[in-house]
Amino acid sequence: MIDREILLEKMKTSPYKPMRGRIIHAEMLTEKEKIFRIELEDKINLAHEPGQFVMVSIFGFGEAPISVCSSPSDKGYFEITVRNSGVLTDKLHKLGKGDIVGIRGPFGKGFPIDNMFGYDIIIVAGGLGIVPLRSLIRYIMFHRNDFGNVQILLGCKTPKDLLFKDETKEWMRRAEIKFSCTVDRGDPDWKGHVGLITTLIPDVDINPVRTYGVVVGPPIMYKFVIVKLLEKKIPDHQIIVSLERRMKCGLGKCGHCQIEGMYVCQSGPVFNYAQLKNFKGECHEKAI
Amino acid sequence: MKYASLNKTNLHEWLEHLKKKAKLYAPRRKENLFVFRPVKNVNDICLEYIPTILPPKKYYFPQKEKLLKFKIEPFKTAKAIDKFEEFILFAVHTCDIAGIQCMDIVFRDGPEDPNYLNRKDKMAIIGIECLKYCDKYANCTSMGNHVPRGGYDLMMIDIGEQFIIHINSEKGENLVKELSYIKEATEKEMDELEQVREEKKKVFKEEFCAHLPKVYAAFDKSFNSEAWKKVGKKCVGCGNCTAVCPTCYCFDVADETDLDLNNGIRYRIWNSCQMDDFAKVAGGEDFRKGRESRQRHRYYRKFKYPVDKFSRYFCTGCGRCSRACMADISLIDTVNELCSEAIL
Repeated sequence: MIDREILLEKMKTSPYKPMRGRIIHAEMLTEKEKIFRIELEDKINLAHEPGQFVMVSIFGFGEAPISVCSSPSDKGYFEITVRNSGVLTDKLHKLGKGDIVGIRGPFGKGFPIDNMFGYDIIIVAGGLGIVPLRSLIRYIMFHRNDFGNVQILLGCKTPKDLLFKDETKEWMRRAEIKFSCTVDRGDPDWKGHVGLITTLIPDVDINPVRTYGVVVGPPIMYKFVIVKLLEKKIPDHQIIVSLERRMKCGLGKCGHCQIEGMYVCQSGPVFNYAQLKNFKGECHEKAI
Repeated sequence: MKYASLNKTNLHEWLEHLKKKAKLYAPRRKENLFVFRPVKNVNDICLEYIPTILPPKKYYFPQKEKLLKFKIEPFKTAKAIDKFEEFILFAVHTCDIAGIQCMDIVFRDGPEDPNYLNRKDKMAIIGIECLKYCDKYANCTSMGNHVPRGGYDLMMIDIGEQFIIHINSEKGENLVKELSYIKEATEKEMDELEQVREEKKKVFKEEFCAHLPKVYAAFDKSFNSEAWKKVGKKCVGCGNCTAVCPTCYCFDVADETDLDLNNGIRYRIWNSCQMDDFAKVAGGEDFRKGRESRQRHRYYRKFKYPVDKFSRYFCTGCGRCSRACMADISLIDTVNELCSEAIL
């Protein structure tokens, strides 16, 4: 059986039962965020789509939805990057190489890769939004010839909040993608751009009909970034977002992640703006 | 045999028979209200009752349900329940049966939930048709749930001296077959059943000021209605309405460890969309802020979203939410207000 089938079979017999995941590498990326490299039991591949998430369990502490930040082309393991922001994530931060966590998933719909082949891609990441986007970026880098021009715009609060520093340095060097980065507040060593992420968008040169805009960041960011992308004339269904919600099951049952009648864990977390637009009022990410 | 007849004088005997077959749950009085309880003495069973405090969902979707056994060191997990026990729900109102049908849809919708389905597999439902109207809170007639619409194994209808029993499944048939006192219903008895149903039409009148499709249309237009502000102002956020609702199934997952801090159980526990942290994420963003929007969400999850998704209204008309509301929010009044607003 291929890995995806094994996972589906496990899910069917007992969807609430986590698999064993061994941490094979862990490293602090900033003061608050830590990356974990996890190997599943029997070394099966997670076989996820970029943009999907897993439910990470630590028994006695609970379970939370966490984005996968590695690409399915990274075989044998997957990675998650977690901010220390609660009981479970605090406990997770105390774990390191050799420790075991519970993993369920992958869940949800990822980025629409199949539709994006051949298109130009503009990726807009704010703060932790780079985490799920990293899976897409790594995927695109691996299959670079399948995509047109690729531009990445990254924004965070201060230079020390910058995630994946080694990788972003490499993105900056590589000729086949355009990478720009901005911080809200610079520091004496910062030589790059200072200002909100929206200030980077007017300068990008795109052909809207053949461009996918992919945006992930805090709720407030979407409103402003989506407006800028719409100004660039990118069609609604080619503007892609990924939404964060509270989740307890990942199976479209527990109710926490609902936006109106839609379960984000099943129908999302990735949506396009055409879908988002139809929400009446419960979607904070909708452009004004 | 499709319709059977049971003389009321033999009811006792039948109940004793059922009690031997499987664990039996039935309504009984609790102070001035009613509750479903395991039957110890069949004399305690109360067949004339208004909807119980909690719907029978507490038996097929328990308030605190074991999902997993776990061991922290070394990491180990196992199913918490290996075998579910057979049980019979006795004298369930048609509104609560509609509630069970709704839950079935949700938990069967992929990915399936084996915990619910395995438990449900062992359950037999014996319904009883209401002939009297329970109280001013019920809206079962508008929802069309005042008459049996399937979803049961047996349905009892009181026709005076006898109960007519509609046999609706093999499971149901097994509970009535080979009993000397349960016979096939005669033509005369079937005529009496018709009469009872005719009489019933005089008592049960639609509670909403508009028919159901109009109610749906009103909801479609009323997302920003002033009515929600009013409801939100009254609401105290206690979550009673969702706890007593036969179609509310939102839950939380929580771990409890033994005193050794190594072994434990992962539970699924009823949760309520009326709680203020229900849609809050780790970063602090609350995606459904304010009681007004949380109440609106509850109503839309009865009259709009499930209709779009499953073609089914998730309000059964039992009236429990209004009966249990500490702030006197009435479902009928709210729906009527939306309808009259939308028609204007």
